[in-house]
Amino acid sequence: MTDDHQLRVGKIENGTVIDHVTGGQALNVLAILDIDGSGGEEVSVGMNVPSDRIGRKDIVKVEGRELSQGEVDVLSLIAPDATINIVRNYDVVEKHRVERPAEVVGVLSCPNANCITTEREPVDSRFTVLADGVRCAYCGTLIREEFATHIDVG
Amino acid sequence: MWHDHVLTAKQFSRADIETVLDRAADFDGPTGDTRHTDSLLGLLFFEPSTRTKMSFETAIKRLGGDTIDMGSVGSSSVSKGESLADTVRVIEGYADALVLRHPKQGAAKMASEFVDVPVINAGDGAGHHPTQTLLDLYTIRENAGLDDLSIGIMGDLKYGRTVHSLAQALTNFEVTQHFVSPESLALPPTVRYDLDEAGASVEEHTGLDGVLPDLDVLYVTRIQRERFPDENEYRAVASEYGIDLGTLENAKDDLSIMHPLPRVDEIDPAIDDTDHATYFEQAHNGIPVRMALLDLLL
Ligand SMILES: [Zn+2]
Repeated sequence: MTDDHQLRVGKIENGTVIDHVTGGQALNVLAILDIDGSGGEEVSVGMNVPSDRIGRKDIVKVEGRELSQGEVDVLSLIAPDATINIVRNYDVVEKHRVERPAEVVGVLSCPNANCITTEREPVDSRFTVLADGVRCAYCGTLIREEFATHIDVG
Repeated sequence: MWHDHVLTAKQFSRADIETVLDRAADFDGPTGDTRHTDSLLGLLFFEPSTRTKMSFETAIKRLGGDTIDMGSVGSSSVSKGESLADTVRVIEGYADALVLRHPKQGAAKMASEFVDVPVINAGDGAGHHPTQTLLDLYTIRENAGLDDLSIGIMGDLKYGRTVHSLAQALTNFEVTQHFVSPESLALPPTVRYDLDEAGASVEEHTGLDGVLPDLDVLYVTRIQRERFPDENEYRAVASEYGIDLGTLENAKDDLSIMHPLPRVDEIDPAIDDTDHATYFEQAHNGIPVRMALLDLLL
């Protein structure tokens, strides 16, 4: 079944298939990966595809790109059931589920403008992962939604 | 070693707090002490706070030690753009412990990651002020004990770091915390999160009237003019969240009124002469409590 649905949005040659994304979160996944189409990336998106495991799911396929651990960590916050498939030469060479990390370091920027991590200090942002969000380890600010808008690009 | 650093009130267990308060009781008297004659305390105040600074100076001098002071920010290398991380690594070479006051939240925690000497957070933005909390707890214990209490905390609960630290520390005790503020200055979600997680008994109110008769302690804080876009709105709120003798008609006879000081209009000076007034005693308690803290850290 899953293979059929994956076919529906086309095979990729080299890159990453992010499967079992929580239904409706595909665009946020793209935001986390900083993909808005303007960079010319070849991306396929399936939304609200039937899934045996999670009811309705989204699928994102990105040609020519393998995800960093930091990106996967943040993905896990909005799509805890996601699987990451690394594709090389049309074959899935690696397949793993995302895991919620204990903390995400250097990926999100703190939304509190008065937080020391937003200053020019030699320190990475650091967020503790909670059951329902993340929390800045320095100033305590909570982020419970719209993680994608806090991604520290570059 | 008791703790390596003092960064937030959240780091304290009940036993930690009692250790400091018991030792503070030993220091609470006219006698000086010479047990830390060789200790130098580095004072790094990135925003002015004459009283907190003087209180740390007094505490270390009463222990026989001394201070070094980086002076005001405008005249230091900080104004040339040096990072806090660099500043603390330099001063670490001079001093046995650092007292840091900084406008940014999380500054003390970050500083503690760059140095091996103890860092004491003396206030970081709207974040924490753990040494104020210890002297608040010392004062509450002397006047009312620390369990089976109803404690009212009134004023600017959103930006008031002394309130945030006190609320977190009080979760170690059997108290009900009544927060009284205008809705626009209610407790921030991050503090509320900690209280809920600790299973604290918390009630929020927009007025003092209904809750005052139950209170054993009323902790008043200042509402700052700059939190309001217009003067009239500020005046209305400030008068509603201030207290005078009339306000206290329905209060318990042994209600303790506390305030981290300085006050402006929120406590009528007529209250100073009543048994309710605990705020000057509270300010004095900063010395034995900070002596105890330094004694544990150095
Ligand atoms: Zn922060």
